[in-house]
Amino acid sequence: MTKTNDEPIIICRDVHKWFDDFQALKGIDMEVNIREVIVIFGPSGSGKSTFIRTLNRLEEHQQGQIIVDGIELSHDVRNIEKVRQETGMVFQQFNLFPHLKVIQNITLAPIWVKKLPKEKAEVKAMELLERVGIPEQAEKYPGQLSGGQQQRVAIARALAMEPKIMLFDEPTSALDPEMIKEVLDVMVGLAESGMTMIVVTHEMGFARAVANRMFFFDEGLVVESGTPADIFERPKEDRTKLFLSQILQH
Amino acid sequence: MPSSNQLTATDARSSQAPGIIKWVRANLFSNWFNSILTITLIPAVAYILFIVFRWVFISADWSAVTSQPLLFGVGQFPRDQIWRVGISLLSIMFLIGVSWGKWGGLLRSIGIFATLLFFGFAILPFQHEDLSIPIFTIASTVMTIRFFLGLISLFIIIGNFIGRLEAVSKRLIIIGWFVTPIITVILLSGFDNSELLPSITTTLWGGLLVTFLLAFGGIILSFPIGVALALGRRSKLPVVSAFSTIFIEMVRGVPLVTILFMFSFIINLVLPPSAIPERIVRALMAMTLFSAAYTAENIRGGLQAVPPGQMEAAKAVGMSGFQTMFFIVLPQALRAILPAIVGQFISLFKDTTLVVIVGINDFLGIGRSIINSTPEFLQLQLEVYVFIAIIYMIFSFLMSLASRKLEDALGVGER
Ligand SMILES: Nc1ncnc2c1ncn2[C@@H]1O[C@H](COP(=O)(O)OP(=O)(O)OP(=O)(O)O)[C@@H](O)[C@H]1O
Ligand SMILES: [Mg+2]
Repeated sequence: MTKTNDEPIIICRDVHKWFDDFQALKGIDMEVNIREVIVIFGPSGSGKSTFIRTLNRLEEHQQGQIIVDGIELSHDVRNIEKVRQETGMVFQQFNLFPHLKVIQNITLAPIWVKKLPKEKAEVKAMELLERVGIPEQAEKYPGQLSGGQQQRVAIARALAMEPKIMLFDEPTSALDPEMIKEVLDVMVGLAESGMTMIVVTHEMGFARAVANRMFFFDEGLVVESGTPADIFERPKEDRTKLFLSQILQH
Repeated sequence: MPSSNQLTATDARSSQAPGIIKWVRANLFSNWFNSILTITLIPAVAYILFIVFRWVFISADWSAVTSQPLLFGVGQFPRDQIWRVGISLLSIMFLIGVSWGKWGGLLRSIGIFATLLFFGFAILPFQHEDLSIPIFTIASTVMTIRFFLGLISLFIIIGNFIGRLEAVSKRLIIIGWFVTPIITVILLSGFDNSELLPSITTTLWGGLLVTFLLAFGGIILSFPIGVALALGRRSKLPVVSAFSTIFIEMVRGVPLVTILFMFSFIINLVLPPSAIPERIVRALMAMTLFSAAYTAENIRGGLQAVPPGQMEAAKAVGMSGFQTMFFIVLPQALRAILPAIVGQFISLFKDTTLVVIVGINDFLGIGRSIINSTPEFLQLQLEVYVFIAIIYMIFSFLMSLASRKLEDALGVGER
């Protein structure tokens, strides 16, 4: 369980995943170091969501090895709970709890999972809302917020558990264009603060600005990986070139 | 100053008049067809109202109803022990008053309605029996039902003021709501060989007392069982889900009457005589299980309506399966199906009338036995049934009103 600082915080070896007889992941290898920002991109259906969801066991992998912060993901329920406390996740559709106020959305898990006293959890939640720029929305319900505000609450909710790793699955693709920036700004801030992040996104501006490495997924495989400079200036694979030319056109 | 007051008064009237005319024009005479409808219907409605009013206030003979208020209320409950019902009613109503003071909102409406209801009953023209209350021999006194009903109204209002006090915590009131029903049941049934609280066999219980006991007992008990069955049906353990499914489908496949009969007679075959619960308890068990099966199906529908993303988000922040269910899934499921659940409880309330066939004198049963008690009351069937219908209507209406208020408060369909 103890690990040294230079050891990768996430290790994936030959990860396979089937949905019945459809194979969504065909052997993914990835190592992520502490404080690294990883961007995953690729065409629809290539397995990006499936992969990032195996990292906190929302999906189960059937073959290969996933080790998060020294904890191997297996059928052991205690390991799963531990890994979920080490990782925060932000979803494309926000998935805020609609029956709870913004502040309750953020404090629920700290109070019941981390057993933090309510007052402390609330102070912490207000700090986080401050950090994502919407402290004045604390008493509202998610349905009363704009998409961009909701996604920022979702980020605050994930951060409230003080995770070591943040997972983002297309956090801006359900947003209207004018709201994308406010969410990306928060994510850039987070990256600059040293958070380890794995981000599925097609926001290439974000990738260029903060990603340490990028992974191009296609048909359940990592086709190509490298620094943003490698990927944007000198892509090796034809599929990468084609895909980049398609998404960079607009 | 009076002149200016007058001025505003006439202003108000003159600005109101066109409003009324406008309303009449828009709603009653918007086109020639509606105009004809209005012109023909107004006399018809007026005539029907005239007939109804004449019947209610002149030709109807309400003596079958007004001569036996206690019979309608509690059936054959021993009259010298009736103070026990009184205390129970008083404490529940007091609790409603306190909750009204503390939370307001929906409870305010219920509190006001209950106050008016009891006050209304207090001034109804019924013949009063005297009730002796030998709680403490010193305080032994004689009071009329009328006075007691008025006292309940007063207690609700006093409760309201007490509920506003800072010192009375919400937790205390909630504990009160858990404890009071239990105390009530103990108070009403009593103990063997007790001087103060001799046991009263439930065969003597009747009237509204039994109707409410079965309805609210059934509702309160069936709800957790229904939740458990709904979760059981979705369980990954095959034994649990098979049991839940079979239970739900079996109960739903059988009419309530049949279940009541089964509990009345089959239990006698299965259990030794000493272990057979009393008739009312058997009926309550039957109604509870019946209602639980329907509640379970409603809740299952609600559970399915909660998007999977909600479960995933809860898991992703590290919540356990139980926490996810309790804090995230169930609240959303219940909110979505609130109207359906309340509708089901209203029908359970009305279905309590079926217990007559297993020999329990609920509110309707008392009405029938009063009609059959003397030949002169036999003429007064209509009055008795109208009275009974109105009472059922009042409470059903109250429940659906409560449901609508609750929906508003929870923002059903908005958030
Ligand atoms: N629960 C599931 N059951 C069956 N097949 C699934 C399931 N989830 C995903 N898949 C399939 O697995 C493949 C990968 O899906 P995934 O959602 O990971 O793609 P993605 O790269 O995230 O695509 P997108 O950009 O559209 O989000 C797809 O072909 C999808 O149809
Ligand atoms: Mg996806």
